[in-house]
Amino acid sequence: MFKAIADYFKEIYQTIRGLLVGMGVTGKYIAHARREIITQEYPDNRDTLQMFERFRGEVVLLHNEDNEHRCTGCSACEVACPNGSIEIIWARREDPETGKKKKQLETFVYHLSMCTMCNLCILACPTDAIKMGHNFEHAVFDRSQLTKVLNRPGSRLEKGVEE
Amino acid sequence: MSELVLTGPETETALTQEYFINMGPQHPSTHGVLRLVLTIDGEIIRRVEPHIGYIHRSIEKMCEHDSYRQIVHLTDRMDYLSCHMNNEAVCLAVEQALQIEVPERVKVIRTIVSELTRLASHQLWWGVMGMDLGAITSFLYGFRDREMINDIFEETCGARLTMNYNVPGGLMFDIHPNFQKRTKDFVAHFCTKLPEYDRLLSDNPIFRSRTEGVGYLSKEDAIGYGVTGPSGRASGFACDVRKRLPYSAYPQVEFTEIIRTEGDCFARYKARILEMWESLRIIEQLIDNIPEGEFQAPTKQVLKLPKGEYYQRVETARGDFGVYIISEGNKSPYRLKFRSPGFSNLFVLDKVARGSKIADLVAIMSTFDYVMPDIDR
Repeated sequence: MFKAIADYFKEIYQTIRGLLVGMGVTGKYIAHARREIITQEYPDNRDTLQMFERFRGEVVLLHNEDNEHRCTGCSACEVACPNGSIEIIWARREDPETGKKKKQLETFVYHLSMCTMCNLCILACPTDAIKMGHNFEHAVFDRSQLTKVLNRPGSRLEKGVEE
Repeated sequence: MSELVLTGPETETALTQEYFINMGPQHPSTHGVLRLVLTIDGEIIRRVEPHIGYIHRSIEKMCEHDSYRQIVHLTDRMDYLSCHMNNEAVCLAVEQALQIEVPERVKVIRTIVSELTRLASHQLWWGVMGMDLGAITSFLYGFRDREMINDIFEETCGARLTMNYNVPGGLMFDIHPNFQKRTKDFVAHFCTKLPEYDRLLSDNPIFRSRTEGVGYLSKEDAIGYGVTGPSGRASGFACDVRKRLPYSAYPQVEFTEIIRTEGDCFARYKARILEMWESLRIIEQLIDNIPEGEFQAPTKQVLKLPKGEYYQRVETARGDFGVYIISEGNKSPYRLKFRSPGFSNLFVLDKVARGSKIADLVAIMSTFDYVMPDIDR
């Protein structure tokens, strides 16, 4: 009888103690609320937001200031892509300088909606024409906007890039 | 006095009847789209029937059309919380078939990243476990510490969750120059935070009374149903693939296989908490000893596995993950089967939850740590 009463009060004591210890942890963070802030106020910090160098946001075709890219239209990325996100449309065109017919990139179609950012196309590219961009804000109002043409209008192949 | 005989309307209303209700497919504690058909008697569960198929993406079939390099990124989408281990399983199977000897550096980095992934997975599980049982604070704390690991992954692998860091023959990139420093910072940080987890949740009397003695799984049933991972080890089933069939750099590190014998919800909880300490121990042993060398073994442009069958097991955060490849000598497999730990862990639920209350079922599901895309590939 006496033991049952003692156990009863012991349990109450242990319960209160356990709760207070747990509340001590949360209380510590309330007291030092400014010390460990890891959240970022995202839309407000867009100007200063720096993504990591290797961050994979979307595939971009690099262009230099003369509107030249390095893609020869070899379709290595298209073959490497597991989801069919990349379509290379190419044609044989006459080179104005040498007069020979040469394979050239017409349109670089990129279906962002199917891309899983696996990076296999970038590893496959023999001329380093494409890389992973840091943009991650892909929301659009219509699905058709997610199919992109990556080569800019009027762009040419950079000189000296061979297959 | 004659014997008291109960008759009349009172006894008729006191009669209970079994009926069934649906739990899910949209239910916060099912961790995804899982539908449980519960046959209940009042509040006591008589039978649990898990119905899966809501997030089936036919990954195994897709693998039959992809090359071996492309398969790796699909495994990210199965158990997304232990994606690195899934990738590693496919890569190890391909390397075993092609007899590629990967450099020591690759093995060590793979092991470190695996353990970081395991920690991240357990941190998320800990947070969500608290939230399932009504404590929102643990959710925030778990995600706070997981954020540091995600930053490490983002810097080195390029993505936070579906990292796709492994390729057959090695790694996609070498580690980032900041990797070692960041990882050491994380280990130092998390060694101070892990005792807080115990103070906040493990020693909480409400939490303990909801988990202790609830959802008992015997060792025989754990073996019979193939329950692996921390859930199986909490029932006394020594099933750690890292110890039994060591791969990568696990033979050279020292760690303890956590085995508990209680088999209840609290044992499964405690097994994961203790496993986090072991993961930290493994990382501490390896982080300063990353050997110099290449991050990739030379491989052919097109990988064609010789005709035959290959099986590779790894230990993910949820248990024993297996990849079974049947190759006909082509560049894609004839058949590829994944043995996912979650599937076996899910179908033991009927055995474990019978006779307990509906509120206990939430605790039981939490401690088994289900990730639905893993179960329903």
